[in-house]
Amino acid sequence: MTEPAPTPGPWTFATVESVRPENAHVATLRLRVPDRRAHLPGQHYIVRLTAEDGYSASRSYSVASPPEDAGVVELTVDRLPAGEVSPYLTEDVVAGDEVEVRGPVGGYFVWRGESPLLLVAGGSGVAPVMAMLRSRRLSHPDVPVRLLFSVRAPEELIFATELGPETTVVYTRRTPPAATRPAGRITADDVAAVAFDDGPAYVCGSTGFVEAAATLLAQQGYDRSRIKLERYGSSGS
Amino acid sequence: MRASRGFTGRRRGGEPGRLPPGQYDVGSGWPVLTAELTPRLDLDSWSITVNGRVEKPMTWTWKEVQQLAPDRFSGDIHCVTTWSKLDTSFAGISVDTLLAEARPTPEATFAVATSSTGYTTNLPLADITGGKAWIVWEHEGRPLPVEHGGPVRMIVPHLYFWKSAKWIETITLLDHDEPGFWEVRGYHDRGDPWREQRYQGD
Repeated sequence: MTEPAPTPGPWTFATVESVRPENAHVATLRLRVPDRRAHLPGQHYIVRLTAEDGYSASRSYSVASPPEDAGVVELTVDRLPAGEVSPYLTEDVVAGDEVEVRGPVGGYFVWRGESPLLLVAGGSGVAPVMAMLRSRRLSHPDVPVRLLFSVRAPEELIFATELGPETTVVYTRRTPPAATRPAGRITADDVAAVAFDDGPAYVCGSTGFVEAAATLLAQQGYDRSRIKLERYGSSGS
Repeated sequence: MRASRGFTGRRRGGEPGRLPPGQYDVGSGWPVLTAELTPRLDLDSWSITVNGRVEKPMTWTWKEVQQLAPDRFSGDIHCVTTWSKLDTSFAGISVDTLLAEARPTPEATFAVATSSTGYTTNLPLADITGGKAWIVWEHEGRPLPVEHGGPVRMIVPHLYFWKSAKWIETITLLDHDEPGFWEVRGYHDRGDPWREQRYQGD
């Protein structure tokens, strides 16, 4: 490793600057974190909620904002129907609330400027690779980048206004009217169209998605050392 | 303590004190959090080796390991990502059985467990001896699923579960501590859930 990953700071109370809906079940919390330690794109934060009687619950959420965004951390949260923490964060929290957080955490699924950069995301698994895409735009504009983004249907797409020609969206269940590719899970052809000859691939989504995508990447010539996986939606709710 | 406005929580996990601090009961679920692509291992070519600071480095094939004294674990497992799985069970053999044949030398104080994927994790020798660690191939009476480390993994249930190397192939005994895959990336060298040793410095 070129540099160690930032170690998590102590638990601290962040102030919610805004809560921004991304789609019907995903929202982004913009948090002002006192004494923030700059994260590496791909790292996450832990959020801890505490009830009046002292009961607490904590979960990890990827940082979607780039480290260049001074003093602020944006966590993109997918509301899980039977969740304990995600419904509170997406439905109950309002600007001005304080939320207890600790971070940044995780030193594996991180991008330090390696080039060229391939990003593969399923659903809300786009959050940590969004931090990479945003950081690349701000600090590494010469790094070639491609994002293959799999969503179920047009209304599931998030961050749409920030996605440019580097992004290929694959619709798995239903496409927009003008689409030429039929709806369906990502295929070897989809992966072949975005693969680079060298550089890393960051794959984030459900465990089924990342296994399928990483297997296709391996068949496309990506050896295991070039593929980094982050499995979502399974660490709890 | 500062409460989160309006948060009540779900409160599962049985009697008070059953869950380590900061953990929640995942119920019947079992999340998969492997960093690498799931490997497909052929049991005919799989083996487990104990080497390093031992009197007799040993390797057992799948057939040989099944001839060893069977053992099982029943209890709770705890993941650093805050889920715990209560009252679960695994069957295989005790790590003590392997070490009894390989015989650690007096200077052996730590171990590194290595997976077929190259994943490593470090453990004090005292944490894998005395009935605290197992090599297992059954979960709740069925073959261990590949995404959970099958066909054969190590379990060290009293530590956070990243210490329980999936797809185990080698246990190397050392005279010093040597941080593994997650430990060099900020996670704790020991990982005791009851002391919340999640990250370096905790």
